[in-house]
Amino acid sequence: MRFVYFARVREAVGIDCEERDVPATVHTIQDCLDWLRQCDARYALAFSDPVRLRYALDQQMVTANAPLAGCSELAIFPPVTGG
Amino acid sequence: MKKIAITDEPISTAMALAPLENLGGGALASFTGIARADSGVVALELEHYPGMTEQNLHAVADAAMTRWSLLGCVLLHRVGKIAVGEQVVVVATAAHHRAEALDACAFLIDRLKTDAAFWKKEHRTDGSALWVEAKSTDDARAEKWREAGAAGS
Repeated sequence: MRFVYFARVREAVGIDCEERDVPATVHTIQDCLDWLRQCDARYALAFSDPVRLRYALDQQMVTANAPLAGCSELAIFPPVTGG
Repeated sequence: MKKIAITDEPISTAMALAPLENLGGGALASFTGIARADSGVVALELEHYPGMTEQNLHAVADAAMTRWSLLGCVLLHRVGKIAVGEQVVVVATAAHHRAEALDACAFLIDRLKTDAAFWKKEHRTDGSALWVEAKSTDDARAEKWREAGAAGS
């Protein structure tokens, strides 16, 4: 699966995108966050405040309980601040 | 008529209004957001999610076109580094009468603020840079349109 990060999350993770094989035990975005937090301290820090995180699966905004099945790109970013 | 553009080149209110001027409407409305020199801010930096952000803007524009009888709407949003005093966003509408043009214009900027994938960083005179936090007042303004829509007004 392709992971993309934006703004504060991108800076905290240290990269803007990456490809990762997701373990079979990871079904939802929430599972994915828990798994990534265990992979590296940078993710634990980047995802430390879930209230300030938003998600998109294949470029559609979704919530943390959304299933990953059938999707190829997960974006993780802070609440938007355009305009 | 609908025009959506995300660009790292300067934008202007005139650029947004020009394609709306000859659609036969009696009313044009626009909102222009300008980079402010808040407490030592010298520039803004806008980031977006290529592909999704364009979809977000089209969805907001389509919602406005469905809700009001607009002749056209234009959404221009700048990305990259933006100096204080330069335009960040321009939203413009054309309609037969002013009420539709003004209401749709307010709807477009309120919903753009909460629904479109842009992130803003402030660069300051001391060299520091901070990501802007989302405001609950922006959510409240966008939500107001959902309630008004649900009530049929």
